[in-house]
Amino acid sequence: MGKRVGLEVTVAVAEAVALCRIDMAGVYPITPQSHIAEHLSSLVADGTLEAEFVTVESEHSAMSAVIGASATGARAYTATASQGLLLMNELLPIASAMRLPICMAIANRAVSGPLNILNDHSDIMPQRDTGWISLFVENSQEAVDLSIQAFKIAEHKDVMLPVNVNIDGFQLTHMVEPVELPTQEEVDEFLPPLTPHATLHPAKPVTMGAFSMSDYFTEIMKAKDEVIKNSKKIVLEVWDEWGKKFGRHYKPVESYRADDADILMLTMGSMGETAKIAIDELRQKGVKAGLLKLRLWRPFPFEEIREALKNAKTLIVTDRAVSFGGPGGPVFSEIKSALFAGKHHPAIYNYIIGLGGRDVAVRDFVGMFEKILSDKDQKAKDTYEFWGVRE
Amino acid sequence: MNIVENFDLFAPRLINKQELFSSGHRACSGCAEVLAVRLMCKALGENTVIASATGCMEIVSSMFPTTAWRVPWIHVAFENAAAVASGVEAGLKALQKKGKIDGRYIKVVGMAGDGGTMDIGFQALSGAMERGHDMIYVCFDNEAYMNTGIQRSSGTPMGASTTTAPAGKVSIGQKTWKKNMPEIMVAHEIPYVATVCTSYPLDFIRKLEKARNIKGPSYIHCFSVCPTGWRSPSHTAISMGRLAVETGVFPLYEVENGHYRMSPDMPKKPRPIRDYFKSQGRFRHLTDADIDMIQNRVNKEFQKLVEKTKYLKTGNE
Repeated sequence: MGKRVGLEVTVAVAEAVALCRIDMAGVYPITPQSHIAEHLSSLVADGTLEAEFVTVESEHSAMSAVIGASATGARAYTATASQGLLLMNELLPIASAMRLPICMAIANRAVSGPLNILNDHSDIMPQRDTGWISLFVENSQEAVDLSIQAFKIAEHKDVMLPVNVNIDGFQLTHMVEPVELPTQEEVDEFLPPLTPHATLHPAKPVTMGAFSMSDYFTEIMKAKDEVIKNSKKIVLEVWDEWGKKFGRHYKPVESYRADDADILMLTMGSMGETAKIAIDELRQKGVKAGLLKLRLWRPFPFEEIREALKNAKTLIVTDRAVSFGGPGGPVFSEIKSALFAGKHHPAIYNYIIGLGGRDVAVRDFVGMFEKILSDKDQKAKDTYEFWGVRE
Repeated sequence: MNIVENFDLFAPRLINKQELFSSGHRACSGCAEVLAVRLMCKALGENTVIASATGCMEIVSSMFPTTAWRVPWIHVAFENAAAVASGVEAGLKALQKKGKIDGRYIKVVGMAGDGGTMDIGFQALSGAMERGHDMIYVCFDNEAYMNTGIQRSSGTPMGASTTTAPAGKVSIGQKTWKKNMPEIMVAHEIPYVATVCTSYPLDFIRKLEKARNIKGPSYIHCFSVCPTGWRSPSHTAISMGRLAVETGVFPLYEVENGHYRMSPDMPKKPRPIRDYFKSQGRFRHLTDADIDMIQNRVNKEFQKLVEKTKYLKTGNE
């Protein structure tokens, strides 16, 4: 076991990535991601990390360069946020279609306009359908653990897909929290060297990124859908192995005081920590409240969601992004579609919260529960509301 | 003896017989660009990895599940060939340093058309050159977006009619001068910049070989005649390239560590550009006054280049 240290989360993530012995990183600065890039570059400068650190001229080139490096069989890493992620957007489905096991941290940040540097999930949501495995973390330890697990998942022979780890910008990335970093020996034991399917090398010439018209395109898309759906099995295996080795257990949907709850709330990312305190307060008041935390965003854990909600009467889904002109928040939309196919249909409500870094305190979560509990006729059912908006 | 006219005599000793870019690709008949790609592969040999931008050369060579490439090749998107190539270079370097792959010297190449280089890929190229990756970037310049249907780019010459800058009653077509991409690359102070044309295969091969042997970034600007887009007969690709060079419209030169050298194939006194313009449909609408205006510019630019070769010489000349 590594020792417990107090580190800024970005620094802890960079340390974790260095423990994975990456061969190459291609990163472009953007708030609030930059500290990951800075710390990685200092590890390379000190010789602690033996890797090529490519200081590209844009996020588009960052993703292009990691695609190029990954195609040679190198373990490649990048990190970004917000506008940077949107600039990469074009390349994300290409990376997954090429089955390149790239790992990327996203320091989630609101998307312009207006320009905003603070946290919400509007950067990752438009990337939902790019064929990347997408994970969310709640605290520093999870950020470290999932940054390491990401490589193991991505590089599994039956997966070979890129993985992004979502770490809430500022609210999480810039916190100094106690964290236990595994030792190099432990990581080496957990994460074997990458064995790619095919690489760009003259010893065995291959063509990557071929052109395809309608005769093969549908089949290629179907293959991509199959592989990401099937990747859930590997994600679960990796989490199981991690739990056995490090004693920290991960699940696609995690719960807190949910077993006997009448009313559940669902969060994604760092807000789960605050929501937990709200649950405790409500329980003290006699409200049978519980919390679900969605960790695995893609592939979406339909069965686990249905299982977690099988006894719930009421569910409040929180979203940190908006699908403008759509059904509310993107998480809400997925949960509804998961429930539609099942037999049990709790009353479901949606709150859009914490946009552009707006603080969501314990009293806000308590307020959301109280508002829904007072909605006796379920008038607000199936609707969404911007919590705390000044109108 | 003229080397080009006696090519059969010289070829076996001067050219790699390996076909690393195979036949069966889907390029138009008379395409000089695909010939350039073939020559490039011959010059660079099998220890080459190519990152290609989207464009004619990409779609004609890689229709799934077939490929014309016998060297490792990757295509990712339109604007990022240089960035992908820099990642490939970094990846190979890291793996070689760690002993994970064999230590042979592999040259990484980024390639794109004029649009993929001068317009949409300009930033990625500038970044890759500035970072000093050990790579060759080749711009296959056919002077418009040919793959999408002959739209103007910043590489389209003044007066050419294209589908987005057509000649009309009040327009001569392209109203801007061609972006001088090799000069922009020279300004990056990279070790080697050269212009080439498939009509001069030995000059082409020599320059590519030189670029291969230089550690660091080099830039090759390849004049690639496109009979389809230039609206000229498909058998004229080679003669058209020669006319572009002989008229000084596209001078062949190289810049090694900032020192300019005109290629031996360059005539001392360029021919009039009318000789080059007359068989191309894209210039058909130009008046004598238009052509004179362009001739003046060509003269001026050519003279500027001649001056550079006089004053910015290598030490051993």
